[in-house]
Amino acid sequence: MQFPILSVIVFTPLVTGILLMFIPGDRKNEIRVAALGAAGFALLLSLWVYFGYNHLAGGYQYVEKYNWLPALGVSYFVGVDGMNAPLVLLTGVVMFTGVLISWGIDDRPREFFAFLFILATGVFGVFVALDMFMLFFFYEIAVFPMYLLIALWGWKVTREYAAMKLTLYLFIGSVVSLVGALAMYFQSGLNTFDMLALEEAGFSTQFQVFWFPFVFLGFAVLGGIFPFHNWSPDGHVAAPTAVSMFHAGVLMKLGAFAALRVGMMLLPEGAQAWMPALIFFALVNVVYGAFIAMVQTDFKYVIGYSSVSHMGLVMLGLATLNKTGFVGAGLQMFSHGVMTALFFAAVGMVYDRAHTREIPKLGGMSKEMPLVAVAFIVGGLVSMGMPGFSGFIAEFPIFMGVWTSGSSPINTNWPYVGWVGPLIAVVAVISIVITASYIMRIVRRVFFGELPAEFHDHIGDVTALDKVALVVLVVIMVSMGWFPRLIAPLVESGVNNVLRLFGGA
Amino acid sequence: MDFIQDHLLTLILFSPTFVAFVMVFFPSNEDNLNRWAAFVGSLIPLVFSLVLWFNFDRTQTGFQFEEQAVWYSAINSSYHLGVDGISLPMVLLTTLLTPLSILASFGIKDRVKSYMILFLFLETGMLGVFVALDLLIFFVFYEVGLVPMYFLINQWGSEKGERELWGGMKVSSRLYASFKFMIYTMGASLGLLLAIQMIGAVSGTFDLIELYQSWTALEGTLFGLSIGQVKAIAFWAFAIAFAVKVPVWPFHTWLPDAHTEAPTAGSMILAGVLLKLGAYGFIRLVIPLYPGEAKYYASALAFLAMMAIIFGAFASYGQTDFKRLVAYSSVNHMGFVVLGIAAAAWVASGPNVQDGIIAMNGAVLQMFNHGLSAAGMFFLVGVIYDRTHTRNLNDFGGLFPLVPVYGGILIFTSMASLGLPGLNGFVSEFLVVRGSWPVFTLFTALSMIGLLFTGAYILKGIKQTLHGPLNEKWIGQLSEINSRELWVIAPLMVLMLWLGIWPAWLLGVINQAVTALFG
Repeated sequence: MQFPILSVIVFTPLVTGILLMFIPGDRKNEIRVAALGAAGFALLLSLWVYFGYNHLAGGYQYVEKYNWLPALGVSYFVGVDGMNAPLVLLTGVVMFTGVLISWGIDDRPREFFAFLFILATGVFGVFVALDMFMLFFFYEIAVFPMYLLIALWGWKVTREYAAMKLTLYLFIGSVVSLVGALAMYFQSGLNTFDMLALEEAGFSTQFQVFWFPFVFLGFAVLGGIFPFHNWSPDGHVAAPTAVSMFHAGVLMKLGAFAALRVGMMLLPEGAQAWMPALIFFALVNVVYGAFIAMVQTDFKYVIGYSSVSHMGLVMLGLATLNKTGFVGAGLQMFSHGVMTALFFAAVGMVYDRAHTREIPKLGGMSKEMPLVAVAFIVGGLVSMGMPGFSGFIAEFPIFMGVWTSGSSPINTNWPYVGWVGPLIAVVAVISIVITASYIMRIVRRVFFGELPAEFHDHIGDVTALDKVALVVLVVIMVSMGWFPRLIAPLVESGVNNVLRLFGGA
Repeated sequence: MDFIQDHLLTLILFSPTFVAFVMVFFPSNEDNLNRWAAFVGSLIPLVFSLVLWFNFDRTQTGFQFEEQAVWYSAINSSYHLGVDGISLPMVLLTTLLTPLSILASFGIKDRVKSYMILFLFLETGMLGVFVALDLLIFFVFYEVGLVPMYFLINQWGSEKGERELWGGMKVSSRLYASFKFMIYTMGASLGLLLAIQMIGAVSGTFDLIELYQSWTALEGTLFGLSIGQVKAIAFWAFAIAFAVKVPVWPFHTWLPDAHTEAPTAGSMILAGVLLKLGAYGFIRLVIPLYPGEAKYYASALAFLAMMAIIFGAFASYGQTDFKRLVAYSSVNHMGFVVLGIAAAAWVASGPNVQDGIIAMNGAVLQMFNHGLSAAGMFFLVGVIYDRTHTRNLNDFGGLFPLVPVYGGILIFTSMASLGLPGLNGFVSEFLVVRGSWPVFTLFTALSMIGLLFTGAYILKGIKQTLHGPLNEKWIGQLSEINSRELWVIAPLMVLMLWLGIWPAWLLGVINQAVTALFG
């Protein structure tokens, strides 16, 4: 039997979280070191999965399957393909860097890390699950600790409100999806939650068209799709730094990924029928999110809304239903995860020292923390899709996919003709200039200019651990930008796996 | 040696980046170490490009030193490089101007390490555009060069000056200029980005050699429009992006601000190389990919070029800021490049193609020449600004006796810029005018008015600084040009003179490629 690497990745955080509770709460340094060790271990294993995955062979690899509730057809079934292998790596990276920059948390670090790790188990679980029941199971595990993390360690002003809002949105979303999932379970008559089996179930077109919006939208809420995006900026802002990183970096991908795996892959004809609507909503996300980000005065809200805009690009890529668009969406999930983790880390570092996030009150931070400034600028360039950074590699195929989205096999009931794709591409590209303007505004106002007098004494540089975290994230974004072959062939093989359900690659 | 031969372009392209990466680990307070490391590092690509120059086969048409490697297989874009007689002079120009600019920046005292690293990144960005044979790679380098330039202007630009925006908000001039530069160029290249996406989505490849064949041969309908309409839109998307970069009137307004506020070396590179990226885009992409549209709209382009020549000259004459005067002169001179390109596009594949070839030869040579003279002029303005801390022409006057060597150099460089026979500018402007006269007689004739005023503003610059009554406050204040500065300007002067006397050494290479382009 092969080494059950995926199970080890999934349960390492959970087990560590439980073991942490046995360390006396006042031995904070031991707790931190243990947490870092576990996160490093999970990162190493996810690197192994990522680089060990054979993208020439394609399909699901590292598969493990055990019966769990045979009577209901539930099994513990995990595996990775080219679509989720990068996301597993992303989770490993965000977890590791998140622990590094949470070193300074002094209020009950034991409980904080324990909850953070339970969250990580949920996230890993969703990404690798091939059984629908498992997917929901891990999905709820991921959402629940979020509530506590925000409500207990969050920004004092809005944390109860944001935690409640976030949890309600996500639970309602997952319930809606669950209804759709159960409908599939019963309709198929196969008595199984195995998604590979359900793919072959041969649902009727009518069934697919009816249930697709339930499944897709339920998950897409977590992906921040318009008009259900509104929990996300509030949640991001209220959460403590590491949780924001997790939240925007990984959790939103959870929504997009589950919407793909359960919604689009199990109900492909439904996806085709609803595709014009999806494109429209995603387009609103992209452009509207960017405009809202532009007018924020709170540093963290800018980043929060920029996530809405960028997740819109993921949705847009998925909604094109063609190969280039899917490749772009897969890459954008990874790229945005790393980028936004970096953004929130940088915001947290500035806030921890300045104790304000109001952009007009900040300034001159590059003098005190030059590396944070450089890292933020790199993140900003990724965000505006500057060539040479990962954002371009991801956004370019998305737009290319949009150009030809009109020639996808779509339902002819919709008024979708050849020039709509180009028009959407033109509108979506506007977001690049808007993004550039708000990013440049932040860089100029927060990191350059005069350092306000009140900060002169108590602002210092960030710690070495913070620097390690930033450098890791920056290196990933730049190397992906210059060497797309580190990731693109992998995602491409994953996309082929998806496209076989849409009638060929 | 084989390795160097086979990967020469990669070595040229990425040696500045490599040096920059090494410099990241240098101590940031050792200013002299960082200066010399950057300077010596920037000589590496110069040496490689000299190797390239001497190994380039002048008898052969087509691209040489080609390299191809997997880059982004998912969308079928590859790392494809190569040079021909049009890009070779540009590579040489870039690798020559960068070490000179770095040498010119030895006076920078603020964050030297970051400055030098940005400069080296900038060099890679510019070189990449000139050697790319893949549309996507071209775009990557075209955009990525903006970033270091933005920060060079924004952080190391001139410290004085404020701009009032609408709403009464005041920002410093360098912020205003860098922001305007970035938004103008990025905004204009959005159309380029969209058009490249479209070409990629339609053709399934980004390889320029393939696209030269397949994209031009495309027929039928696309997105519900006829292919002619699609191509016309895409042509303008390309043309506007490059017109802003050149810049052609009326898209030039970012230029005087950016050039004026940039640090001296930044202006040298901006005028010397960055503007050429736009003109190079016209030659490398627009004309081969859209020969029909380029021919159809050539007269519009020629009109804009004429306006750039005339208004550039008038605007330049009207300035009191020495650096702004030189900045507008770039608009004026680059207008000739575009005029030549437009004339060549108009007569392409017609009976008068010989005129077009002459005009295009002139345009490419003018790109090189303007690179030399504009970099020289900006440098000389920087030299006097470093000593006087003013650029206002009315503050100078009669400085010749105080700084005779500097004065001589300034007159020499100005004359090259003006187009005095015997110096480089004359040859290229003459070729452009000779080539475009039979094609666009009226526009060319009107452009001669601009040429007249070129003489006027150049002489105005010289007169206001060197001649007239001596402004006595500079007595004892003004020191002569020093030896480091002489090392910067000397290579430029040698080349200006050499190209003026014997242009054939460069024109031979250019002509080969231009003839192939229209052959």
